[in-house]
Amino acid sequence: MCILGFQKGTRLHLSLARNSRKIWVSGLGKRSVFKINNRDQLRGMALVSPTLIYAILLLAVPLAVIFLFSFWTQDYLTLDRSFTLKNYREAFSDPLYRTLLFRSLWVAGGVTVVTVVLAFPIAYFVSFHVTPKRKSLWLFLITIPFWTSYLIRVFLWKVILGYNGVLNSGLIGLGLVDEPLTFILYNANAVVITLAHAFAPFAILPIFVSLEKIDRSLIEAAQDLGESKYQTFRRVTLPLAVPGIVASCLIVFIPTIGDYVTPRLVGGPNGLMIANMIQVQFLKLNNAPLGATLAVLAMVSVTVIALVFIFLNRKYLRSRS
Amino acid sequence: MKSRGLMIYAVVYLLFLYAPVLLLPMFAFNDSTIIAFPLTGFTTDWFSELRNTPALHTAVKNSVFIAVISAVLATLLGICAARAATKFDFPAKRGVMGFIMLPLVLPEIIVAVSLLVVMVQVLNLPLTNWSVIAAHVLICTPFSIAILNGAFQNIDGALEEAAMDLGETRWSTFRLVTFPLVMPGIISSLLISFTISLDEFIIAFFMTGANPTMPVYIWGLLRFPSKLPAVMALGTILVVLSIALLILAEFFRRRGLRRAGLKDTGGFL
Amino acid sequence: MTKPLIQLKNVTKNYGDVQALRGIDLTINEGEFFSLLGPSGCGKTTLLRTIAGFEDVSGGTVMISDKDMANVPANKRPTNMVFQSYAIFPHLSVAENVGFGLRKSQMSKVEKNAAVDQALSMVGLDGYGSRAAHALSGGQRQRVALARALILKPKVLLLDEPLSALDKKLREQMQAELRNLQRQVGITFILVTHDQEEALIMSDRIAVMFDGEIAQLADPQTLYRRPNSRQVADFIGVMNFLPATVTSVGDTVTAHVDGLGAVSLSGDQFAKDVQTGTAHVGIRPETMSILQESDTGGANVTAAVVEDRAYYGDMTYYDVRLDGGDHIITISMKNLVDRAVLERGEKTRVAWNARALVLFND
Repeated sequence: MCILGFQKGTRLHLSLARNSRKIWVSGLGKRSVFKINNRDQLRGMALVSPTLIYAILLLAVPLAVIFLFSFWTQDYLTLDRSFTLKNYREAFSDPLYRTLLFRSLWVAGGVTVVTVVLAFPIAYFVSFHVTPKRKSLWLFLITIPFWTSYLIRVFLWKVILGYNGVLNSGLIGLGLVDEPLTFILYNANAVVITLAHAFAPFAILPIFVSLEKIDRSLIEAAQDLGESKYQTFRRVTLPLAVPGIVASCLIVFIPTIGDYVTPRLVGGPNGLMIANMIQVQFLKLNNAPLGATLAVLAMVSVTVIALVFIFLNRKYLRSRS
Repeated sequence: MKSRGLMIYAVVYLLFLYAPVLLLPMFAFNDSTIIAFPLTGFTTDWFSELRNTPALHTAVKNSVFIAVISAVLATLLGICAARAATKFDFPAKRGVMGFIMLPLVLPEIIVAVSLLVVMVQVLNLPLTNWSVIAAHVLICTPFSIAILNGAFQNIDGALEEAAMDLGETRWSTFRLVTFPLVMPGIISSLLISFTISLDEFIIAFFMTGANPTMPVYIWGLLRFPSKLPAVMALGTILVVLSIALLILAEFFRRRGLRRAGLKDTGGFL
Repeated sequence: MTKPLIQLKNVTKNYGDVQALRGIDLTINEGEFFSLLGPSGCGKTTLLRTIAGFEDVSGGTVMISDKDMANVPANKRPTNMVFQSYAIFPHLSVAENVGFGLRKSQMSKVEKNAAVDQALSMVGLDGYGSRAAHALSGGQRQRVALARALILKPKVLLLDEPLSALDKKLREQMQAELRNLQRQVGITFILVTHDQEEALIMSDRIAVMFDGEIAQLADPQTLYRRPNSRQVADFIGVMNFLPATVTSVGDTVTAHVDGLGAVSLSGDQFAKDVQTGTAHVGIRPETMSILQESDTGGANVTAAVVEDRAYYGDMTYYDVRLDGGDHIITISMKNLVDRAVLERGEKTRVAWNARALVLFND
């Protein structure tokens, strides 16, 4: 799935730049249209409508239903349709849900930072130090591992990080440690490592795209004006790569919240996240309304954090310009 | 100097990325039921075991069926939306396109539970392969649109005008000029959607009925240590197939660029 | 010869609030090489596209061969177009490109192939039929686009800035070839260009457009020598403008021109609605001469000082200040063997001819 991180990144990058009309327009392509008139508007609407109707029926309606469900309650097999905030009260008062939600946000934040920090040098390397002909090959190499079955990949990290795992036996074999390391499996660390691996191309590709867009003469200009290589990087390259970094962060952060496979396989009891609880509520406890409430809360927190992040970032960019 | 440091980092990073992929065949051919080092010997038993597991065959058939239908439907919806977005202006275009692309940035569990609630609790429908297809079309369509947007954008609008100027109708213009030029994009979209659907677990786990998809079946196997070597063998086969598909997709992408008379800008997809 | 082929009556085109065309009235004749000339955004391409059928008109009528084109789509019109980007189908060979429009014709396969060969030969691309379209150079693409449009024997060939993508040498060569081709096939050509030189070289008639309107419609010589407004004069070539006061209006007009003194202008040098009062006169740089000491000059000689000069090799452009005037004017002189190039600050005399002047009302 990760091969599309490129597209995914570009896309998000464009939507982030929504206030700048130019970028958006260039994203949606040239408007070399036969005729721009009402007939064409109708054609456009007719053409987009199958996709739009599909998305409304299978996305907008279900999301609305989930929202509605979060105000209902489940009494064993019967669904009580009276409006109540009981689920929300329960979600806020029970420390378990709070812990899981905060842990999810915390882990997702950690995954985001680790993934993006590890990814940036790679994107930079491919964009600036690889000859143009080889770039496609490098991107190809980066994306290939992500076409391995996701489940099997996560499972293999369990094998690598385990008590008798590949990493520990390797370290002991080399005499670097005497006893197997235990802090790397069945906890949040393992979740961070595994997800940092899973989302690597999602983080690399948007940053790569933004680095590719930088006019190389800007860097020569900065050096011509007396900046050192490091200062040029700090004052020119990095600020221009910010949109890509922002896109990377969001692209890693948002889906991480929704993952329940990695926490289940490598997280141990202290690595479980909110998505695991949502899954349990729906599939095991048969309490769809409470599950819906948790889903709504997860979605709201993700959205709020993403918006605050974008807002702060915009403010930062504006203050610079 | 700096470049060499980066190069070393890049190689180490690639090792990190490839660690699971490299381990996979080692355990798949390892003559031991325990997935751990040291390796004990060479065997192809685990592959034979796969051949003798009818439940797996059913799961694979289900998954392939779901992936093929999802890929075709997602690509058809993708063609409509991408064409509309690149060719026409319509009211609230940005909002409409943003909404259609939303599944790209929505946590998958949200998509999964909301669809589950609608299908089971509201519509009271049984969960079948078609419920998985419905969900997979939803998540594959944005990927398809992203690919096809690029393909449609690469076509010079004057080409379509030229065909009309030379006597073709709107429809025959699309058939003779537009369609051949976006064909490589359509093939990429089909391959990518197919692969996404084939590997998707989070949603499929919620939406499968009595017949599990392949990832759901694998998830079940992961609980049984004795089945793990066979999972490794299955994983190896999947990696090889995915890489073959990827190379095919890349081949079509390059051919598309050549056909459109464009230079390869080095971007993958 | 002058049979009307295309008639535009009060054609308007609006994009939202923007008026791209503001009531165009225009008749283009059979067999004519007609140019639409103007700066970018003046509406010339929009006008061409309304004739081709790619744009609906907001008002007015477009007639081709006395038939109203209102409900005739682009693919049914007797026009063919050469696009600015050439729009060569990249997935087809050269022959397939050229034969694209023959798909629905009644011709046999052999006849179609012969027609393609003939069209290719007409544009000097014999034997290129099997080449891949993307392997062509810019000039070759241009020729393929021409052959592809002409093979359908349209009544009108529309050319949208067809030479703007070519380098200077190739452009000059193609200008001559296009002109010859038009004479050879006898089809009406309508050329859109922003290059005034190109329009002058190639056209029988030129319509100069500004801001969605036709500012002047004339043959090249009239357009150059007798532009009807300062805007047109300024757009085509170089024109000096000197403030003047019109003192009497009749069959001839008398005016006092800054630096030149009193002049008398005859019929074609001023507009019919000329009035007494302030105005400007225009004079082209090459219609005046810098005199050497030995030259006697003609009736009109004015003393002047060289303020600046630019040496172009074949020509020298002088900026001179005329005695008794505040204004600097430009004069171009051929660099003949026996003629010295003057330096800044040198005193000289300027000879001019009153017939070269054009009067513009303020």
